[in-house]
Amino acid sequence: MSATATVAATAGSAADRPAGGGLVVALLLPIALVNLVGFLLPVFNLALISLQEVQASGAMTGGWSTAKWVSVVTDDFYWELLWNTIRTSLGITLATLLVSYPIALYLHRSSGLWRSVLLVMVISPLLLSAVVRTYGWIAILSDQGVVNSVLKAFGAAEPWRLMFNLTGVTIGLTEILMPYMILALVAGFGRLDPRAEEAAATLGASPFRVFRRIVLPLSVPGIALGSLLTFVLAVSSFITPKLLGGGRVFLLATEVYDQAIVTLDWPLAATLSMIVLVVFGIAIAVYGRLVRSIG
Amino acid sequence: MDKPPISPALKCLAAIAFLFLLAPVLIVVPLSFSGDVFMSFPPKSWSGRWYAAILQNPKMLEAFLFSVKLAAGVTVVNLAIAVPASYALVRLAPRGAEAMTSLFTAPLLLPTIVLGLAMLIIFARIGLLATVPGLFVAHLVVTLPYVLRVISTALSTLPIAVEEAAATLGAAPATVFRRVTLPMMLPGLVAAGALSFLVSFDEVVLSLFMSGPRLSTLPVEMYHHVESRADPLVAAISVLLVVFTLAIVIVVDRSLGLAKTFVK
Repeated sequence: MSATATVAATAGSAADRPAGGGLVVALLLPIALVNLVGFLLPVFNLALISLQEVQASGAMTGGWSTAKWVSVVTDDFYWELLWNTIRTSLGITLATLLVSYPIALYLHRSSGLWRSVLLVMVISPLLLSAVVRTYGWIAILSDQGVVNSVLKAFGAAEPWRLMFNLTGVTIGLTEILMPYMILALVAGFGRLDPRAEEAAATLGASPFRVFRRIVLPLSVPGIALGSLLTFVLAVSSFITPKLLGGGRVFLLATEVYDQAIVTLDWPLAATLSMIVLVVFGIAIAVYGRLVRSIG
Repeated sequence: MDKPPISPALKCLAAIAFLFLLAPVLIVVPLSFSGDVFMSFPPKSWSGRWYAAILQNPKMLEAFLFSVKLAAGVTVVNLAIAVPASYALVRLAPRGAEAMTSLFTAPLLLPTIVLGLAMLIIFARIGLLATVPGLFVAHLVVTLPYVLRVISTALSTLPIAVEEAAATLGAAPATVFRRVTLPMMLPGLVAAGALSFLVSFDEVVLSLFMSGPRLSTLPVEMYHHVESRADPLVAAISVLLVVFTLAIVIVVDRSLGLAKTFVK
């Protein structure tokens, strides 16, 4: 609360400024309070929790310790978890890019009402719960699902295992993260000058050559932004991995949830969530370097 | 505007990609009319029994009503907080306005799983877990950044000349805001309100952390149902939710243009 008090105090001294500092503070106070109580304090507290001493019984002693960090860093299970998470998320990012690119390019080239309709079709899934979309994937991928009943109709004896494994999680998350990638790519295409493509085509380049030499290189910033978004969202999603993985797919985010809700080991959950943030930080740093190298 | 022609190959690829994108939403429609006890596709028989089953499921109905009330309450409070804040940040433009905007929208950058855990730990300590205020604050924190951003954008694109004209003609600042600024930013308010309602209504990660056996939202109840049982009940609920979402999206699109809210 002392932060608010300081803000209020500065406001008092600034009240006689012509810009109306008191008014500004009064208008911003509610949002600042929500931010403080619901965001800053909990996140700060979370970082501290990962450094809290815990007894064997699970009770927190109030002392400090790096024991959780040491035990996580020295346990091969968590390294494998981290590697699994990064590998899976990179795979999802690549798959998302590959299926999103044609849609984004198509959107970029279309216009008028048709384009608006398609854009709404791209955006609408974002407004639909991940639970609903994951449920749809269960209906498609399960043993009695769409894919397997088609395979059965063609005489397959055994159902194809598409769920409760990484395949299902990858397919589901790829689709769920597509809108973010498409929007980032479309925004990136916005800077593409149609005259450059036209010029290349007039000078005799084949459509594929125009794509490879002009469209693709110029869309790299959009690809980079979309990939960053997709990657960090893949690392932190857990609804889809939980439901499509059926408890058999272990990723960083699902482990955070399990430790927090099932095992109730909050210091461990806090430590793992800090590792999620470290992965985020590294991804953003890589993105920043990439963008700078493009110029 | 001259655009390069779309090649048949691109059309084909885009159509396949669109099919993939919409597949999970499209599949729940026929599935919701299944007459089977378990989820299988194609269904062996057809019926409306799963729609009837929703009405006989008090847990789902209760969760739905709570989700609607929560989303509506969150939206009202969001607008009440974000309109003054946007006005201060955009129109009064105090020193550090940009830094403050970043801070206020920062909860969006944090993974919800981390935010959910952070709230779980602190809310458990002050006894707000699985309570209405706890869920309310959690939803407020993740929806407020969207609302602030949409309203700030709406406000900053308004022609300031009209407001200046009103002020020059002698209207007090409060009158200018009430009679000129507010009516002009109405489309932005509608979009922000709809977005806030939908994000809160669909929110599942924070709600999972903050809810308990006695108090949960519709997405949380659906999550638990899908986790434990494979029947077409959730398909029927999903179809109703798709219709519900679509209705809101169309209303917003009519009043503002949804595409403009997301893509500049």
